[in-house]
Formats: sequence, structure tokens, C-alpha cells
Amino acid sequence: MTAPTLVDTRGGMSADVPPRGPLPQRLFWTTGRRDALTGYLFILPQLIGVLVFVIVPVGLGVFYSMNDWNIFTGKMQFVGGEHYAAALSDPQLPAVLAATAAFSGGVVVLNIGLGLLLAVLLNRRFRGVTLFRTLFFSPVVVSVVAWTLVWGFLLQDNGGINAVLEAVGIPGANWLQQGSTAMLAVVFTQVVRSVGINMILFLAALQGVPGELYEAARIDGARPRTIFFRITLPLISPTLLLTAIITIVGALQAFAQIAVLTEGGPGLSTTVLVYYVYQQAFAFNDIGYGSTLALMLLSFVLLLTLLQWQLRKKWVFYES
Amino acid sequence: MNTARKLLGTAAVVVAVGVVAGCGSAGAPTPARTTAAPGSVDLRMTVWTSNEAQLALFTGIADAYKKDHAEIGTITFDSLPFADYNTTLTTQIAGGNAPDLAWMGDLSRDLITAGALAPLTETLKDTEGWDYDDLLQSVTGQFSQDGQLYAYPFSNSPFALYVNEDVLAQAGQKLSSSPTWDEVSKIGSAVHSATGKAGFVIRDFNYSAWNTLATVWTGWGAEAWNADGTQCGFDSDQMAGAFTFLRDAMETSAMPGPGTQADFFAGDSAFTIAQVSRAALLDGSFRYSVHPLPTGPAGAYSVFGQAGVGVLQSSPHVQEATDFLSYLTDPENAAKLAQFFPPPRQSLLTGEKLAANNTKLTAAQLQEVVVDQLPNAVPLPNHTRPAEIAQKAKTALDAMWTPGADVRAVLSTVCDAIDPLLSK
Repeated sequence: MTAPTLVDTRGGMSADVPPRGPLPQRLFWTTGRRDALTGYLFILPQLIGVLVFVIVPVGLGVFYSMNDWNIFTGKMQFVGGEHYAAALSDPQLPAVLAATAAFSGGVVVLNIGLGLLLAVLLNRRFRGVTLFRTLFFSPVVVSVVAWTLVWGFLLQDNGGINAVLEAVGIPGANWLQQGSTAMLAVVFTQVVRSVGINMILFLAALQGVPGELYEAARIDGARPRTIFFRITLPLISPTLLLTAIITIVGALQAFAQIAVLTEGGPGLSTTVLVYYVYQQAFAFNDIGYGSTLALMLLSFVLLLTLLQWQLRKKWVFYES
Repeated sequence: MNTARKLLGTAAVVVAVGVVAGCGSAGAPTPARTTAAPGSVDLRMTVWTSNEAQLALFTGIADAYKKDHAEIGTITFDSLPFADYNTTLTTQIAGGNAPDLAWMGDLSRDLITAGALAPLTETLKDTEGWDYDDLLQSVTGQFSQDGQLYAYPFSNSPFALYVNEDVLAQAGQKLSSSPTWDEVSKIGSAVHSATGKAGFVIRDFNYSAWNTLATVWTGWGAEAWNADGTQCGFDSDQMAGAFTFLRDAMETSAMPGPGTQADFFAGDSAFTIAQVSRAALLDGSFRYSVHPLPTGPAGAYSVFGQAGVGVLQSSPHVQEATDFLSYLTDPENAAKLAQFFPPPRQSLLTGEKLAANNTKLTAAQLQEVVVDQLPNAVPLPNHTRPAEIAQKAKTALDAMWTPGADVRAVLSTVCDAIDPLLSK
């Protein structure tokens, strides 16, 4: 038996090692590159979508915001920051922003609060639970315009809601015509229609909470309130973050409800920013100022989303 | 194929030159004929009607025109929803998809001021048999600038007082033959008390479209703005009188308040103020009568709403579109259009002629509420930037309909809101 050939670790090789030939050419399509290409091809449709429907429109929005465009003649005149200055001195904008905050705040709080409450109630086992889940979710699949039109009729001074209230001896309000109640009515119709989505998301999250945690808590004598705030809420907090982002963005983009129910009135009490953008750009044909306001709205949405994303570290619980 | 087209085009030029020369020698001017190749011109006209009978009439006229105009490939009528008509039209213009011809209402002043419409006067005057002087002077003003007509006012529908005679009888009320606003308000309030139905309804107002209130405030001698559109008229004494009347009518339930639906044509109210063209909605379910607008403190008056049709300068076929417009509106076709739209031609404005195609109103009624009214009627307020003025004024006027509103103070805020727009 011959002794194994040893490699000279100092740089040389034993006489038994055959001389090395020319180095083999390295392949371009390495496994890593193939994987990367596959990944890029998979996201390519989405990238094209983002480019065509997000990046280009935002770029055009910036361009239009710095120009005056007479759409009847097609003439465009560069005005720089004039529209931005106009926004700062727009006497209607404070009322519009206040209405936007009231609408978004109302919708977000009620939508998440009611969604969670309904999910907790419907997470129990009782007769007809599936029927109730379907009933609460069903408005989500109704067209927003159809839904709003029906509620528009119901909320009129001589409409169905006041007829019901009158039947039980309660004087109804002129819901859509009074500044004090118009916003309430708009928020209400929006929440009733969309609370089903949050309810379903919360239900899915609740059903993912391990049962042994509840069992252990009960054995330790924890009360329902403690169990909810110490176990349930932390474990569904990722879903809470998701619903918060979806609901806030959705509330800031609500348009049809306002356009159909109140047309922004009475006064400016229900004129939210999206509706104001529409009015300026398409009803008043001021594309430049409308684009400026649209960019302002985009900034709000981005800021709020980023803020929530950063704050998640403080309140979102991850099991891992 | 190209050679054939060129030959035909050349032939068309030769024919056109011959026609122009021939007409010139005869002394009867005719607009220059198109030099477009056969079948090369497709025209599109936006309309806000979806009425099948009206669309069939337009298509029939277009088909007849095509028979004598080889250059026309297609003429289509693009029916856009009325509620979004202006927005859709302006979006099409901005998107480079402007129609060749368009109906227009309150957008006309913006289009004319911007130079977006082709001038029509010369073509219409030069078209043999068109009879430009037949146009009623009172209806061309809204579509003219510096003596030039930019849109043909094909529909001129005066506002009238419709009366539900059954509801009045049910409430034990009777209207005089020459009603005043005070009388209408008192009867309206009495009808509401007796039957629960609404008194008078300004159709389409709905506490939003305030320009329709010109059908009331003109009776007090008020105007939204002065003739050249530079001075707000809402802060005048006359306007305060008109709005005080309206507020009183609302508070006495002579007029339904905000948020209350009442459709006269469904039998929900005693009276409505609506255009004569709305008579088509009368379905015979109740006895009715029609009167000119009630008399106000300033006396008798008349208000009308208009629609015009013009040619957009951005059209690649301005000449051909203008030629088709002159055909669409010549005396023969204007008579056909008159069955749906009160015409601007004096020769067609007689009660008998209008009644020939109107099954809802008699010749005498049409004579009284259309023919006798149009020569002195004033149009609904029209200005550049109509949507912005409408929204700003509406926002301010919302306070008018709240309890205890100060009429003069609210009207003053309307002027504050729209003055900057009027001066632009």
C-alpha cells in the first residue's frame, strides 16, 4: 500500500499530482443568476404596471402641477410653483382638510373598532353564526355607487330612516342637508358598507390564535378582559396594522360616497380632498391646480403609511 | 388604390373650383366644397340625449347628407350622460379625442372665449336657402361673440308653470288665469296642508342648481350678474326680495325644503316650474294646465334654457363638420328637429306648427308658453367658468336654507365667493 499523496500546503505539490491544465471557463448562467432572472421575470408584469400606472402618472402630475393648461385649446404655460403657492393661500382648503380629517378619522376608528367587535362576537360558536357573518360581509360586494344611491334615498328628509324614527316617536333630522349631520351620514354609510372586510380579516386572525394560550390563561385565573388585551390583541396586532393601513388609505381615497350623497355639501362640510381634487381638475378644468392637490394627497397617504410602518415596532407583536 | 384616390381628389378639386366659379357668376354665394377624398371623413358629434327617437332623427338626417357627400365615411352621434356631459366632453378635448361637433349648454361661453369653436356666421349666411335672418335675435346672444355666431341654438325651451288640476281640486283651490307668485305660494301652502303633497317645485333646483332660480328672481327684476358678466347681482335689493320670498315659501311649506323629493310629473306636487320640453313627461295620469311663468313684483317675464351645437376647431375636418352643421340646421331639417326642440327660427315658431308634433300641449298652449315668450325671454345665467361659479355660489347659498338665515348676509357671501371669478 502506498502512502496517500499529500498536498504541499506551502505552494508546491507532490510529484504524484498531475499538472493543472487551463482553467475551465466560468459559466455565465450560474444558478444564482438563473434564480435572479426568474425572479425578475416573475415581477416584470407588476413592475410594468407600477411604471405605467404609478410612476408615469405621478411624473405627469408633477409636470402638470407646474403648468397652466387650457384644455380647450391645448396650450400649456409653465408657471413653476404658482399652484403650490395658490394651495397655501386657498381659503377653502382648511375646511376641506378638516372635512378630510373628520371623514377619515371617523371611518378608521369605527371601521376598525366595529370590525374587531363583530369579529370577536362572530368568532364564537352559536346557531346561525355563518348567516350573520354573511350578512355583515354582504355590503362589501355591493357596488359603492348603488349602495350610496340607496342610502341617499333612505336619508332624505322624507326618506325611510326618518319614517322609521317617526314611527317610534323620535324626530328625525334632515341628515344630508345639515352641516352637523351630513358628515355623520356619510361616515355611517361608508362604515356599514366596508366594515365587513375588516371583520373577515380579524376573524381569520382570531382563529389563528393558539387555543392553548387561552387555556393556560384561564387556568392561571385570567379574566376575559385581561385575556383580550394581553393575549388576543398582541397576537392579532399584525392584522391590526394591515387593516389600519388599508382603512386609512381607503378613507383618504373615498370619492363616490361624497359625490353621490352630498356633492361635498352643505357648504364645504363633506368636501374631502379627493372630491376637491376632482372638482378642481375635471369640473373646473384646472388640471394644474388639481394635480397640485393630488400630489398633496399622495404625500399625506405616503406619510401616514410610513408613520404606521415605523410605529409598528412599538405595538405589533410577532411570535418569532 | 392610392392613385384612384388621388384622381378622385383631383376631380373633386376641379369640381369644387367649377362649382365656386359657377355660383360666383350666378351671384348666390355657396361655401367652398370640400376637397377631401371620398369616404375619408368620419364625423363624430357628442349629444346628451339618449332618446331613441331623437337619435334616429339625427341618424336619418346624417344618412340623407351622406348620399350627396361622397367624402363622408361615417357620421356618428356619441350619446354622453347628461349629468357628466361637460366633464366628459372637456376630458375628451384634453385627451386629444375631441368630437368634431358638440352639443353645449353652459360650457359654451368657455368654449367661445377660448377660441375652441369654429365661427359659423359666414358659412350659414353663404349657404343657399339657409336663411340666416330667420334666426330669432333673442336666442342667438348666448352663442355669439362680437357679432359672430359660434353655435346654432337648436333648442330654446321657455320655462312654464305646470299645474296639477286634480291636486288643486282635491285641496279646494283654484288658480287665476294670470297667476302671480304670491298666489302660487299661497295655494301651494294650502295644498300641502290639505293633501300633504308639495306646493310648487322648481324642477332640477334641488337646493343645488341655483341658476334655475332665475325663473323666480327675474320676476323681482334681479340678475345673477350684469349684462357683461363683471358685476355680481346677488347683493341687490331685488335679489333679496326674491330670496325672501323663497325662504318664506319654504317655511310655509309652499315649496318643499331641502332633502325632500317631490316629482310633479309623478303627481307629487301642485305646481312645477319646468321647461316646455318637459311636457313629454306628462303621462295623462292627472289633469293639467300650462301657463307662462307667474308674475312677480317686477311684472311679467320669461326665462328660457338653451342648447346649441357647434364645431370644434380641434376637429381635423372643420370645413366638413361646418358643412354638415349647416345641412343639419337648414330650414327643412330645423323643422324636423322642432318636433323635439323649440326652434330658433321665426318661420317655425307658430302654435300650429309646434303642435303638429306635440301630443301633450295644444296649439294655443304652445303659442302662449313658447311663441309669445321667446322674443323677450332671458336665458338662464351663463358665464365663463360655469362649474366653478356654480359650486362657489352653491356653497355660500347653502346657508340660506338653514333656520333663521340672514338673507342679505348670505347673498353678500355669494358675491364675495364669485366676484373673483367674474372679474377674471
